[in-house]
Amino acid sequence: MTSREKILNQVRQNKPVAIPLPQNITFATVTEPERLPAFVKSFTSAGGVVSIVPDFTTIGQELQVLFDQPERVMNTIPAVGYGLAPTDAIAQGHILANLEVAVVTGSLGVAENGAIWVSVENIPTRVLPFICEHLVLVLPQSKIVGTMHEAYAILPKSFPDYGVFIAGPSRTADIEQSLVIGAHGPKRAHVFILENE
Amino acid sequence: MHNEHIIPTDHATAAEVFLQDEERANWHDKALWFIREKRDVATKQIPDWELLRETASQIKQNVLGNLDNYLEQFEQNALQNGIKVHWAADAAEHNQIVLNIIQQHGIQKLVKSKSMLTEECHLNDYLLENGIDVIDTDLGERVVQLAKEPPSHIVLPCIHKRKEEVGELFHIHLGTEKGASDPAYLTEAARQHLREKFLTSDLAITGVNFAIAETGGFVVCTNEGNADMGAHLAKVHIACMGIEKIIPKAENLGVFLRLLARSATGQPITTYSSHFHRPAKGQEMHLVLVDNGRSVQLGRKDFYNSLKCIRCGACINTCPVYRRSGGHSYHYAISGPIGAILAPNMDMRKNADLPFASTLCGSCTNVCPVKIDIHNQLYKWRQVLGEEGYVPATKKQSMKAMGSLLANPTLYRIAGKSGRTMMRLLPGLANNKAMNPWAKQRDMPAPPKESFRDWYLKNKKQHD
Repeated sequence: MTSREKILNQVRQNKPVAIPLPQNITFATVTEPERLPAFVKSFTSAGGVVSIVPDFTTIGQELQVLFDQPERVMNTIPAVGYGLAPTDAIAQGHILANLEVAVVTGSLGVAENGAIWVSVENIPTRVLPFICEHLVLVLPQSKIVGTMHEAYAILPKSFPDYGVFIAGPSRTADIEQSLVIGAHGPKRAHVFILENE
Repeated sequence: MHNEHIIPTDHATAAEVFLQDEERANWHDKALWFIREKRDVATKQIPDWELLRETASQIKQNVLGNLDNYLEQFEQNALQNGIKVHWAADAAEHNQIVLNIIQQHGIQKLVKSKSMLTEECHLNDYLLENGIDVIDTDLGERVVQLAKEPPSHIVLPCIHKRKEEVGELFHIHLGTEKGASDPAYLTEAARQHLREKFLTSDLAITGVNFAIAETGGFVVCTNEGNADMGAHLAKVHIACMGIEKIIPKAENLGVFLRLLARSATGQPITTYSSHFHRPAKGQEMHLVLVDNGRSVQLGRKDFYNSLKCIRCGACINTCPVYRRSGGHSYHYAISGPIGAILAPNMDMRKNADLPFASTLCGSCTNVCPVKIDIHNQLYKWRQVLGEEGYVPATKKQSMKAMGSLLANPTLYRIAGKSGRTMMRLLPGLANNKAMNPWAKQRDMPAPPKESFRDWYLKNKKQHD
């Protein structure tokens, strides 16, 4: 008997009585007018930076002020118009080891916790939002939902090959519970919220 | 180090050693209580927190009652997604599977993000014995790895270490300045040290927080981003999980991700919640499903609830015994109250002391996000271990005497009276640290002149 059969047989024999899966439970949400302020609060409490901007061009202008070397910025959103655009999928993420800034689309934001969904469909390689020193996320205000329940209701049932909720810069508090921003991933996470998209 | 036949130092003895350094014990206690308080603040911000807990508990109950079906459904979907699925009946088979994959690729060095399952299986020791270099990449895990210690906490692996000790370890192993102990400086040193490891490792091992039957994908949660740095830069990704980590649908993640980090550290969500469904182009993705005693625990009607655990560590942070005895006192991969109800299932003889490492105060049960009745299970394990003959003789005898005393009202009154008289006349006896272990760190209260019963009868007469 294979281990697979052995495990499944023993589980079958020993499993407790099944109860139905809880369905259609309504959880309290964040009301529409409260979503933007709640999102800003969550993302900044996690150590992130938030700017609310009217359009893509403004993001490009602000990035120019923050990072004066466009060749160190990988920009995956053409409308932002600042930095280098990847022309193809990147087979080896290793080449990004010294990347300073990545500009990436966030397709969904969650007010209750400041998490932003980044799908592999919007990035040339999976490691991009982790390996850069500064992560810039662009999120339309209209894509902010109240809670995680609403987020999963919107995400496609057939998940992308890879996707991640990102809620701020990478962090650790493993040494004596002292919060340090910038563990293995970005030391800075900056989200630009587009008002009119 | 992990000899199966050696009975480890029991919890009470190890705790005594831990408590000898009073200043450190107090600091440890406070550090954990600080996290417990952050958890409280976070949960109070969710108006329907209790509904979330109840829902999570019911989802897990549904999972355990259909576990065979969900495992098969998950396997089928994962295979369709191009993930290679392996089944391991026990720790040895798990380790063998992982080693085989490593050797097939001719790999000598790998990076690993946090996985309590691999701790449970002692994977690091096994790989090391087979000439494979394993680098733990979670900061806390790297610290304990350099110190040649196991993690003392499932979420905060080096919570028992002072920053000066971390500084000394990093000075020796990473070449940081002698005497430097600033957490930001030490974290930056670890970042640079481990980044080089990420960039040069062809294989990455991660744990799994949730595996979704319906979609055949899995979710890994970290704050540091180490699971992603490892997995995305490696040619081969191996994810290891216990079979109880299955959830039915992606929408259930809404419930669990809201509970997990709030319960663990008081954050509303971990920085990264990564959803892996298919390997990247040119990459290989393996998933190892491990039983290792879980299907046995599933059949114990008083204890199967423990398999609902999502490894948040809330019960550990709140436990008055854990906070004052330290994770290593538990001599099991998972410490604290949850470890104490999982460990006896694995080895009753070796872990018979752990269910007694509790005051049964119930705080663990109160904070558990999936509503495991932890303190009841601790109590019930004591009965089982007693019946099976694993309880130390001295403890058993005094419990038996106490049992007959409490069952007999007349005997109880006589014993109470003589006890009070004894304590008045010979207070040294109750306070004798050698004869009464309870008095070791405590002074007994002054005995009252009369029992509650005597007082009640007297006062009742006055008021009648």
